[in-house]
Amino acid sequence: MSNDNESRKKILVCCGTGCIANNSYDVYLKFKDKLKDTEISVEPLIKATGCNGLCEKGPVVKIMPDEISYFKVSVNDVDEIVEKTIINGETIEKLLYFDTNEKKRIRFHKDATFYKHQHKIALRNIGEIDPLSIEDYTEREGYEALKKVLFQMKPEEVIKEIELSELRGRGGAGFPTGSKWRTCSRYDNFPKYVVCNGDEGDPGAFMDRSVMEGDPNTVIEGMVICGYAIDSHRGFLYIRDEYELARKNMQMAIDNARKNGYLGNNILNSGFDFDLEIVRGGGAFVCGESSALMASIEGNVGEPRAKYIRSVEKGLWNQPTVLNNVETWANIPPIILHGSNWFKTIGIEKNSGTKVFSLVGKVKNTGLVEVPMGTKLSTLVFDIGGGIIKDRPFKAVQTGGPSGGCIPKEHLDISLDFDSLSNIGSMMGSGGVIVMDDTTCMVDLARYYMEFLSEESCGKCTTCREGINTMLKILTNITEGKGELDDLDLLINLGETITDASLCGLGKTAPNPVLTTIQYFKDEYIDHIVNKKCTAGVCKNLTSYYIEKDICIGCGLCKRKCPADAIQGTAKEPHFINMEKCVKCGTCYNLCPTGAIKIGGAK
Amino acid sequence: MNVESNIDVRKAIEIINKYPNEKRYTLAILQDVQKEFGFIPSEIMGVVSEYLSLPLSDIYSIATFYKALSLKAKGKNIIKVCNGTACHIRGSNKLMEEVTELLNISPGETTDDGLFSIEIVNCLGACALAPVMVINGKYYGSMTKEKAKTIIDEYKGASVNE
Repeated sequence: MSNDNESRKKILVCCGTGCIANNSYDVYLKFKDKLKDTEISVEPLIKATGCNGLCEKGPVVKIMPDEISYFKVSVNDVDEIVEKTIINGETIEKLLYFDTNEKKRIRFHKDATFYKHQHKIALRNIGEIDPLSIEDYTEREGYEALKKVLFQMKPEEVIKEIELSELRGRGGAGFPTGSKWRTCSRYDNFPKYVVCNGDEGDPGAFMDRSVMEGDPNTVIEGMVICGYAIDSHRGFLYIRDEYELARKNMQMAIDNARKNGYLGNNILNSGFDFDLEIVRGGGAFVCGESSALMASIEGNVGEPRAKYIRSVEKGLWNQPTVLNNVETWANIPPIILHGSNWFKTIGIEKNSGTKVFSLVGKVKNTGLVEVPMGTKLSTLVFDIGGGIIKDRPFKAVQTGGPSGGCIPKEHLDISLDFDSLSNIGSMMGSGGVIVMDDTTCMVDLARYYMEFLSEESCGKCTTCREGINTMLKILTNITEGKGELDDLDLLINLGETITDASLCGLGKTAPNPVLTTIQYFKDEYIDHIVNKKCTAGVCKNLTSYYIEKDICIGCGLCKRKCPADAIQGTAKEPHFINMEKCVKCGTCYNLCPTGAIKIGGAK
Repeated sequence: MNVESNIDVRKAIEIINKYPNEKRYTLAILQDVQKEFGFIPSEIMGVVSEYLSLPLSDIYSIATFYKALSLKAKGKNIIKVCNGTACHIRGSNKLMEEVTELLNISPGETTDDGLFSIEIVNCLGACALAPVMVINGKYYGSMTKEKAKTIIDEYKGASVNE
């Protein structure tokens, strides 16, 4: 690279799904337009990149090599950015990241608390490169691992390296990747297949989407390496129906990789053949389960099968198959290139490397974060996440999607790794971390998950099909004020039966959200059942609002904003709520500047 | 059955012929059919079944198993309100109430003028922007009742002007 190129400024505009929703593509186009009309000695490069993680503060624009990041950039800011930052090297204060922990604006991206604790491996290129440019990828060590494998390593050595790295599958179960490859490599039954699970269905998780959109080549590279290691020549990427941009970027990356000799026959003149194709999912959650996913690729209904014979022996079309999740594939090239010893210096024992989490819910900084395994949950929520919105009390986090559990305050110091999480009844899952405050009702949340799973159960096992539905009915009754104390035992009983007698992961883990909320938040269930009260104000039948006279200052804000004209009172005098008119929307509760509005039980 | 008699079978055959006649393309073919017609017309299921030499019941079971496919015609504008966990705890229920009230239909239904369908979906992967609504593939984040009204009015206006 020439010096000239190094001093050349780069404008990186995030064009992940989150930022595009906030019109980042228009910002990108405006930059292109503006730069055409402006005379600059060294013309900057402008790139549309993948997701930077901090989606809520998007669109994100990064100026390199200055390392200045601007947030919430609108089309109207483009002129100023070009004139001040690009031409004169000045920083525009108002567009900098406001660090809620430090209570100040931060100039350098990497100094922000949101990024400071992070360690990027799987997400290393995202936000730095144009996902559609193979040159951008190769400039950052892309396909170097593939070259190393093809020309310097035997298949056996590749498997050994992955085994030594102790990489565990990032899709949720945490099965050792190396041992999966090892077993599959032992079968002399051809053809063998390599499959990427990109059917990210856990509500609240979007790390795989980001990787496929923002750095598709790393997934391709990981899969080709596996193909070489297990002697497979064909791979499939199963991508969720809802992820249109991910499919588009992956397809373009596959076409480009083929053109450049990284895919297809005789890869890089090594004599090794491997090709990939995309299969579009049909919008069924259960297809994230590996055997259902394979059934779906074959053109069948996506129903799981019993796994007494594992898919490494008989998987896709009954042939030996290695299936890994998107994030796992993204970890392969760096491990090969930098070695298992390097990888093991990150994270903790038996849980090496990093994990990507999607930090969402009632937290100030929502987005994607990648931290070393073993990072404390409290670091994730309070340092990186900046704490709870409006500084309300923290109640719990939910990890592992519908299969996971709720983790209460007393476990805030837990280490985020596969084993610690399952020890307390939750699981890593794909990495969704949903933060909840005192306005989240745990009974409603449990009901929500049962509703989700009753829709998504494929219907094959009776316990899953009927059991989840029954749990849903009981929980609905409780949230409507028709619950009885015996219901709790019944729920636990049903939950244990469903876990024991269902075939696949969906059914086996389905009761987790109910069981963990009963375990940690039994008081809330009892409040609903006995006191007929929902303290979070979510279950409408069990909620009423009243105004604490001594606290109300009579500002009249609630009265003006009430959609049902249910609030009465004169200025500077305490107001009151007419419950006959109240529609329980909670608007007043959220607005009141003095916290005078309180939640009562059923009226 | 009036709607179905308007189905351009030749168009469907064109779509089907783009794929080799192998079972594994069933879902992909049906997705293209869904995209073209807005639903899976029953006579097209028959054509697909013949082309792939698969029993009609297999095609039917796939068409009813996957959420991306629908046997009922959908509206011109498809509004997807996300009810993933992140959206749920940030008030997607209230957003859903507003949208159903504005259009006077329930989720899963289509307005009489055929302009709008509402669907509840479980997570669109834009959780950081919760609650999220998607119309015809365009994402709208941090939704409020007021925003929903403005956006839907825009689509109504655009349809009138056509």
